[in-house]
Amino acid sequence: MSPSTIALSIIFSLVVLGSVIGFYAGTRHKMSLEQWTVGGRGFGPLFMWLLMAGEIYTTFAFLGASGWAYSRGGPALYILAYLALANVVAFFIQPPMWELGRLHGMQTQPDFFLARYSNKYLAAFVSVVGVAFMIPYLQLQLTGLGIIVEVASFGGIGRTRAMMIAVALLAGFVFVSGIRAVAWVSVLKDFLMLLAAVTIGIYVPHVYFGGIGPMFATLARVKPTHLVMPGATNNLGHAWYISTVLLTALGGYIWPHSFGSSFTAKSADTLRRNTVVMPLYNLSLAFILFTGFAAFLVVPGLTNGDLSMLTIVRKTFPAWMLGIVGGAGALTAMVPAAILILTASTLFAKNLWRPIFAPAMTDDQVAKLARIMVVALSLISLYFAIYSSTTLVSLLLLGYAGVTQFFPGVVLGLFWKRVTMAGVFAGMVVGVAGTAFLILSNRDPIGGLNAGFLSLCFNFAVTVVVSMLAPVKAAGLTENFSACGPDVP
Amino acid sequence: MRRPSLGTILLALIPFCAMCFSVSAWDRVYPMVFGLPFNFFWLLSWIALTSVCIGAMYRLEASRTSRNSARRHHESRPE
Repeated sequence: MSPSTIALSIIFSLVVLGSVIGFYAGTRHKMSLEQWTVGGRGFGPLFMWLLMAGEIYTTFAFLGASGWAYSRGGPALYILAYLALANVVAFFIQPPMWELGRLHGMQTQPDFFLARYSNKYLAAFVSVVGVAFMIPYLQLQLTGLGIIVEVASFGGIGRTRAMMIAVALLAGFVFVSGIRAVAWVSVLKDFLMLLAAVTIGIYVPHVYFGGIGPMFATLARVKPTHLVMPGATNNLGHAWYISTVLLTALGGYIWPHSFGSSFTAKSADTLRRNTVVMPLYNLSLAFILFTGFAAFLVVPGLTNGDLSMLTIVRKTFPAWMLGIVGGAGALTAMVPAAILILTASTLFAKNLWRPIFAPAMTDDQVAKLARIMVVALSLISLYFAIYSSTTLVSLLLLGYAGVTQFFPGVVLGLFWKRVTMAGVFAGMVVGVAGTAFLILSNRDPIGGLNAGFLSLCFNFAVTVVVSMLAPVKAAGLTENFSACGPDVP
Repeated sequence: MRRPSLGTILLALIPFCAMCFSVSAWDRVYPMVFGLPFNFFWLLSWIALTSVCIGAMYRLEASRTSRNSARRHHESRPE
């Protein structure tokens, strides 16, 4: 058997194994809308940790992080910082959000905006923006899958064909099983990814340099500037680092799918405990960055840094190991992609289509429409993935710049009585428009700062100022929220 | 919703100061520690310490909640 056959069959077997676990988990529960989206609100601490880790550590962490360490160098360190800091923010936001979720039967992020600000157009706007910025994140996962198959087949299967197969598998998987399936497949995915990351991160530097220390010593001698910011770039310096870490740490759990996941927990305490252990998972990313730096020395000159991890694995290990790493990578793309599709299609059906265009729809019809949207959104992301050549990290940063614009509406909505619907709506429009303008016109980073962060600052300012303009009597908590005044814990 | 206590917020600021705002102070290759460039070593240590900080925040909030509910149920109970 040729190396590519071995590698591809192992990847394929692992993906099938993952799907079987998913299908099995899905068929054991009757799928109502509530079961499909929030798993009946019964996830305990372990399951919760798996789900959260499953959706945060995506193919971005696997291929994108090593890709940036390879092509950008120092700026890739932002990844180590923000994923840890996002949990500090989550500690404050998730538990009260869970309480409100239970009280008002929330399943999605726009449900929160609807309950807090009593305006279905604001909720619909949140859905549109959420879906729009989840597409680059979804595109990122598909591109990752395509890269894996392309490298593992030694170029035999083109990236486009690989992505088409992946999309079919993915849509089928989500279609049948819902959120519970995703959490179960996370078990296999996390195990494989940890195993692969640590093995590669230790073994690769060992083979070429005799260890991680000597590898860094060599790099510090050959190209010390690659290890600090701005690395191989000229505009990703310390101001960019601070603004990007702030943006992504604040936005980490504002992603509509992470937001929705917090409603699956059994209790607010489960979520609080989860934030204590989540940062530790981040240590595994160090090994992935080591691999990227090693690849910088060993296989220089790749035009696409995102290929660096798999290229060095292919060069260093036998074909079966490439298969295991590729399989881990494939599941690492599929699990979050499934969650993203699930969330985006629910947002579309439940928070955009029904309230605005078809108020008479029943929950069952919404669930049906959501499943149709699974197919539609998969195809849209596939289209973008085929016709775009952005790096994985840039795609993620684009998504973050968009979804973090929800942050003021969320955090002020929870902790500041005076914030008004008009304030949040105005701030969000300014933030989203600013982000879209700056990024689409290639002005990111602007003045050394992350463009999404700059827009977030304007967003905050507008939200606060417009809210303050409203007379005090008209402001304050809406009727819906009278049950959660400051005295109720 | 009930706002978190000042102590919890101050604890939460520690990892932000250490890993984010102070970047100019630690973004260096030397001194290398355990074979890692200094910025790498610094961030990895703080990932672990972030977990410790959140753990402390958890305990602080938990004791505050139980104290509050105890006070509500037994008004005369001494602190």
